[in-house]
Amino acid sequence: MSPDVAGPDLKPGSLSEAALQEAVRDAVAAFAAASDLAALAAVRPAHLGDRAPLLLARRELGSLPGPERADAGKRVNAARQQAQEAFDARRTQLAAERDARVLVEESVDVTLPVDRAPRGARHPLTQISERIADVFVGMGWEVAEGPEVESSWLNFDALNFAKDHPARTMQDTFYLGDSETSGLVLRTHTSPVQIRSLLERDLPVYVVCPGRTFRTDALDATHTPVFHQVEGLAIDKGLTMAHLKGTLDAFARAMFGTESRIRLRPSYFPFTEPSAEPDVWFPQKKGGAGWVEWGGCGMVHPNVLRACGIDPDVYSGFAFGMGLERTLMFRNGIPDMHDMVEGDVRFSRAFGV
Amino acid sequence: MRVPQSWLAELLGELPGVDDVAEAFVRVGFEVEEVHRAPEVTGPLVVGRVREIEELTGLKKPIRWCQVQVGADQVNGIICGAGNFVVDDLVVVALPGSVLPGGFEISARKTYGHVSDGMICSATELGIGNDHAGILVLPPGTGEPGDEARPLLGIDPRAPDAVVELDVNPDSGYCFSVRGLARELAASLDREYVDPAGWYYVADGDGEAWTVRLDDPGCARFCARRVDGVDLAAPSPWWMQRRLLAAGMRPISLVVDVTNYVMIELGQPLHAYDAARLSGPIVVRRAAAGEKLTTLDDVERTLDPDDLLITDDSGPIGLAGVMGGASTEIAGPGAGGTVDVLLEAAHFQPAVVARTARRHKLPSEASKRFERVVDPELPPIALERAVQLLAEHGGGRPVDARTDVGAAPARAAITMPLDLPDRVAGVEYPSGATTHRLRQVGCKIDLLLGEDGAGSVQVVPPSWRPDLTQPADLVEEVLRLEGYDTIPSVLPAAPPGRGLTEGQLRRRAVSRALAEAGYVEVLPFPFVGPATWEAFGLPEGDVRRRTVPVLNPLDADRAGVSTTLLPGLLEMLGRNRSRGSVDLALYHIGQVTLPHAQPVPMPDPGVQDRPSDAEYAQIKAALPAQPLHVAAVLAGNREPSGWWGRGRAASWEDAVAAARLVGRVAGVELRVTKAELAPWHPGRCAALRVGDWVVGHAGELHPKVVEALELPSRTCAMELNLDGIPLIESRPAPHVSPYPPISVDVALVAGADVPAAELADALADGAGELVEDVRLFDVYAGEQVGEGRRSLAYTLRFRAPDRTLTSDEANSARDAAVAVAADRYGVTLR
Repeated sequence: MSPDVAGPDLKPGSLSEAALQEAVRDAVAAFAAASDLAALAAVRPAHLGDRAPLLLARRELGSLPGPERADAGKRVNAARQQAQEAFDARRTQLAAERDARVLVEESVDVTLPVDRAPRGARHPLTQISERIADVFVGMGWEVAEGPEVESSWLNFDALNFAKDHPARTMQDTFYLGDSETSGLVLRTHTSPVQIRSLLERDLPVYVVCPGRTFRTDALDATHTPVFHQVEGLAIDKGLTMAHLKGTLDAFARAMFGTESRIRLRPSYFPFTEPSAEPDVWFPQKKGGAGWVEWGGCGMVHPNVLRACGIDPDVYSGFAFGMGLERTLMFRNGIPDMHDMVEGDVRFSRAFGV
Repeated sequence: MRVPQSWLAELLGELPGVDDVAEAFVRVGFEVEEVHRAPEVTGPLVVGRVREIEELTGLKKPIRWCQVQVGADQVNGIICGAGNFVVDDLVVVALPGSVLPGGFEISARKTYGHVSDGMICSATELGIGNDHAGILVLPPGTGEPGDEARPLLGIDPRAPDAVVELDVNPDSGYCFSVRGLARELAASLDREYVDPAGWYYVADGDGEAWTVRLDDPGCARFCARRVDGVDLAAPSPWWMQRRLLAAGMRPISLVVDVTNYVMIELGQPLHAYDAARLSGPIVVRRAAAGEKLTTLDDVERTLDPDDLLITDDSGPIGLAGVMGGASTEIAGPGAGGTVDVLLEAAHFQPAVVARTARRHKLPSEASKRFERVVDPELPPIALERAVQLLAEHGGGRPVDARTDVGAAPARAAITMPLDLPDRVAGVEYPSGATTHRLRQVGCKIDLLLGEDGAGSVQVVPPSWRPDLTQPADLVEEVLRLEGYDTIPSVLPAAPPGRGLTEGQLRRRAVSRALAEAGYVEVLPFPFVGPATWEAFGLPEGDVRRRTVPVLNPLDADRAGVSTTLLPGLLEMLGRNRSRGSVDLALYHIGQVTLPHAQPVPMPDPGVQDRPSDAEYAQIKAALPAQPLHVAAVLAGNREPSGWWGRGRAASWEDAVAAARLVGRVAGVELRVTKAELAPWHPGRCAALRVGDWVVGHAGELHPKVVEALELPSRTCAMELNLDGIPLIESRPAPHVSPYPPISVDVALVAGADVPAAELADALADGAGELVEDVRLFDVYAGEQVGEGRRSLAYTLRFRAPDRTLTSDEANSARDAAVAVAADRYGVTLR
């Protein structure tokens, strides 16, 4: 704005104290009257703009003699500062009011449903299988895996199941191929992975083998033809049955809490000698703390070691195996096998990711 | 195996309560199936004698009105529906006021026109057996009318006789006998034990009881004795009948009962022939092809050349160790008169009996024992016992002549370091524990002292323990009898491991990524059948139709191991839908089984040593390929509708996105190309590629497939071979340029069939090194671009690694990009 254009409001004598105070009063009143930031902005030019009385007054300073000019200059600046402060105060106040109002206006019902993303889940059997693997990896063991369609040599012969021995019929086997002599079965346990580990890895071997297994049991509340196992195998120099018990105790504590413990009952398996069935005691057992049968175990049979080319006079070791469905059933209070195999999303979602 | 406690007590003396007995069995390795406690019968239960029988007529079923003497001077009229008794028979009568097991109250009641004053009981009604053949008839002389019946039946509340039912391990054949179980119980309780097999003295014979020839090594030993003139009508003594009932068997006739009783007592199966019906010498041999035999159960069986037979001049007269033949069977008690009995006690090879029993689906009490090995020293002893019983209770005349062909196999001694059990258990057992326990088992022991001062034992295992063949077997005997509870708990220190493998980590990451993307994991069975392939619309020659067959499937319609994860997933999708879940996204990570085009022979190496590398490689080569797949299916809405507006239906793009997500987690950007493959919609199917290698497919299913499988419309699916995606072993760090990018948009008009991804590839190829990203941001088809064409708009982002790009550089790179696109696909700038 060019300074030599005279404003309409310019009145003579406007440098007087009275005139300045009046201009300030007008400005303060106008700012106070502005009800929002837009109104305030609208009235600002009339009181603080280039053509406002308080600014026009400055122009007159030049016509005053020196000594008066200094005094008048101070008065004008003070007046103008008063008006500016009034403006700033009002603007701060109005901005705060506006901000408060906006927050009120923007408020929403935060209880509206927000789950637009579908909810996924991992099967509890996968979760427990990984949990078990982690427990053993934490102890320095490794996780070994193998195929589900397996050779009967690895599934039976190498595990000291003699041909025609009644133990073979203990595990009702799905035979594959064109005849029972094709040598192919759906593995009845994850033990063939133990044999593979002994044939392929350097000693000592400490492996845990989770996986899917198959037996010709019809599906009912406690059986399923397709189920999951986790087995462990440790072969080293000087391993004893006390080490087996210690490992199972540690496993039980990891799965069922620090108070849990294991006891062993004598049993029979072709691939272990001595053989045992572990029972686990844990406080959260349904119906009160107590013992539950939990898989099978034993010291690896010398014949198994021989079939893997390991000298049983030098190396010894132990093996154990548990059904994961059964473990989940008594650990998580799942009453019926159907829940685990039918794939109802409502079941798996309860266990999360 | 069911054994009454009183029978064990006969061998061992007084026993603790049945629960302690059961616990003692568990401690040494038996599984107790059930403890059958003596049933409780309250009120008057007496012996009665049938005085008169009147058959009532004109009724729907036979009913008898009986006069039964139930006391010195008391005769009650009782209605009875059974017909297996005659006048003067002794029976058990529940008088009014008595209560039978199951709370069955007996009172006098009017029925069939009479007042029935009590009930004549069967073994089942009394809870002492499962014999449904009729009422219980006690042998003459068992008691007098009015006698208290409970002590006779073993259900006296002052001395109840419980039955322990045990599961016998497959290597413990000797425990299918009271003899074996009593030995185990004695060892568990650390009691004295006297072997009942030693009770029966076998004198030297005088000549052959029958001529027997063993033509096959399947029979190692064959013993025979004769008892002439056995009274067919003679009943078995009541104590014998009661024990058979308790063991779960049905008393039939004296001869049959004696063979069963001796089998249960000692463990040796016996067979009784009617000597008069035998012709010529007995020969044990394999069957000839096509030979036939009618077994005791009146079934005519066609024999297999592997079957071991007992034969005479007439042909086969028995399936060795499994079941006898009908032609030489001894007549029932009703036949009257006497019979000359020839008793057989043999020792057969377990595997031979096992195969025959399995082949003919004929598991018998005999085969069950022979399969698990019977003590080869038992045959003459068991015969002696049976001969005595037949003579005593059937009036038979034992013939002194004895046949004993073949021999029990000799046992080799096992040498074991004396401290081996301690070393295996990790326990220092008290001195002498090892020899004590091995003697309890029945071993003969010599102690040896080596030159180094270390002791060892030379052990000859007993004849009934063929399972004891090496030191480890002896170790188990010591450990289990000393008790596993004495073994401490010591955690072994494994050497440091390498953690999970890259493949294991990747599988977990893929699983987690899909779950977090909203997919729910399911674990379907892998069984599949041709109906699924029909529904999938797979052409005849499609490789996925070739599944590894299951010989004994649970469901004949699903007799193959699946080549794809989709059938199981889609079945579960349908099941969830039918249960009311509408918006569904499921996934499964699992192996599929892909057979070889030509079968590869499977080797069968020995087990004395490790297979050769070649044999092991051949085993692995003979197995079908079993890659790890990941698959997902979707239906309904991918994003639900709600207060925010309408939902978004799951579509082909979600399936492709899921596949690409898996690829990204696995370490690669999967390339998408157009494909046509059943069961997908021919126009909505993508192939996913690593480079040019196809690793899977994704898209919407074919509408016909959806219809055939009754799936929700527009069901989508993807399946990838996770093992087909190479593991990325190392990822070099990228150079991140700090200079600003320049983005340039181009809109290209192309034929509608030009895939957007390929056009993007062309632009990227043409744009040179400066291009950082090519992103499609708009697709338009309509009048402005003309029929059969569409406009595709891409943003090309350029950046230099070492300087700020000029717009001239960016524009010339864009021109070069468009030029290549125009060259490859004839596109024009819009």
